[in-house]
Amino acid sequence: MSEPLKKYDIIIIGGGPAGLSAGIYTARARLATLLIEKAAIGGQIINSETVENYPGFTEGVGGIDLTQAMHQQATKFGMETVYDEVTGIEAGGKQKTVTTSQGKFTAKAIIIAGGAERQKLGIPGEAEFTGRGVSYCATCDGAFFRDKVVAVIGGGNAAVTEALELTKFALKVVLIHRRNELRATAIMQERVKADPKITISWDTVPLEILGDKAVTQIKLQNVKTKKETMLDVSGVFVAVGSQPATGYLKDIIKLDNVGAIIAGDKLETSMPGIFAAGDIRSGSIRQVISAAGDGATAAVNAGKYISE
Amino acid sequence: MSKPVEINEEKFGETVLKAKTPVLVDFWAPWCGPCRMIAPLVEEFAKEYDGKVAFVKVNVDDSAETARQYGVMSIPTLILFKGGQPTSSIIGFTSETRSELKKNIDAAL
Repeated sequence: MSEPLKKYDIIIIGGGPAGLSAGIYTARARLATLLIEKAAIGGQIINSETVENYPGFTEGVGGIDLTQAMHQQATKFGMETVYDEVTGIEAGGKQKTVTTSQGKFTAKAIIIAGGAERQKLGIPGEAEFTGRGVSYCATCDGAFFRDKVVAVIGGGNAAVTEALELTKFALKVVLIHRRNELRATAIMQERVKADPKITISWDTVPLEILGDKAVTQIKLQNVKTKKETMLDVSGVFVAVGSQPATGYLKDIIKLDNVGAIIAGDKLETSMPGIFAAGDIRSGSIRQVISAAGDGATAAVNAGKYISE
Repeated sequence: MSKPVEINEEKFGETVLKAKTPVLVDFWAPWCGPCRMIAPLVEEFAKEYDGKVAFVKVNVDDSAETARQYGVMSIPTLILFKGGQPTSSIIGFTSETRSELKKNIDAAL
């Protein structure tokens, strides 16, 4: 399909909290704004049943509800949305072109807010048993493991949140972490340690996921003693961090050693007129609030870039 | 029937297994975020393939036995049935879901 070239002032890539916040600001600045989202509005936070740390919601707010509202807010001010995957950017001149699998769009400035994707374990059995016991979303799949034993891999906020979520259904949750302390926020650590259903396997890494029709066991190794053990589980929930989604950008703008976009204090990247916001940016603390803040900062500075 | 129809366990045989056209079954639940997000995509396909492919939604809370029977342990799961047999399935909602679903449906027609 070759669609006609459509012209905008600002193109935002990615419809999570960073991109949506940027859209609210650019649309209110009366800049013609297009948001391109490859899957679903909301980004990673749609997997969170409740966001407890976004200011203004004393009882927390659903990840979907929050981002749907952000999308409606930006749309109300005139932002347009296209669902497609960006495959390339040409950014040399004043007009920048964004290529998607279905067409091309141009803009005077681009805000990249493509976020991060859940990292995989990369061990045998993981791909084979995805959807058959291996899961990346406890909110989605927890109920399939009622009265079963499940493992959660990781030690950060995502892993701890998944473990707590799973206690609603599972008989027992084993949190498997490669270090001897958790990285999660203190309040989350307190909850995990106080939960009678959760046990923590410290200094432990998974080596292989085994099963027949579905997962039955996971092979673990203690990183200090090198001792290998087998654990009977019906589910393995993977929460070992995330990877910035920047594959198509590596020859265009400067990335750090993990592939996140390097941006200065105006959130401008190494390419003038291209800005980065949210989890995709090097140094991001990967929170909804910081993503939203990045979106606003990038939007205001992109507006200034256009008017200069 | 250009909108996905919600069916329960009792109707599964008649609506899905005995259907003359291929049937795409969207296994979902109200508490699953990505399931809510994938719904508009499935609706879009239902319009595009109106008359050629039937689209149904099965709530795994209400139809746990059907979900178990087809090995659904992760949602959203989209299973395409042809002649009463599952021919392809897509688990989760990613950037590839749209193109994979199109490929699967076109292959079944």
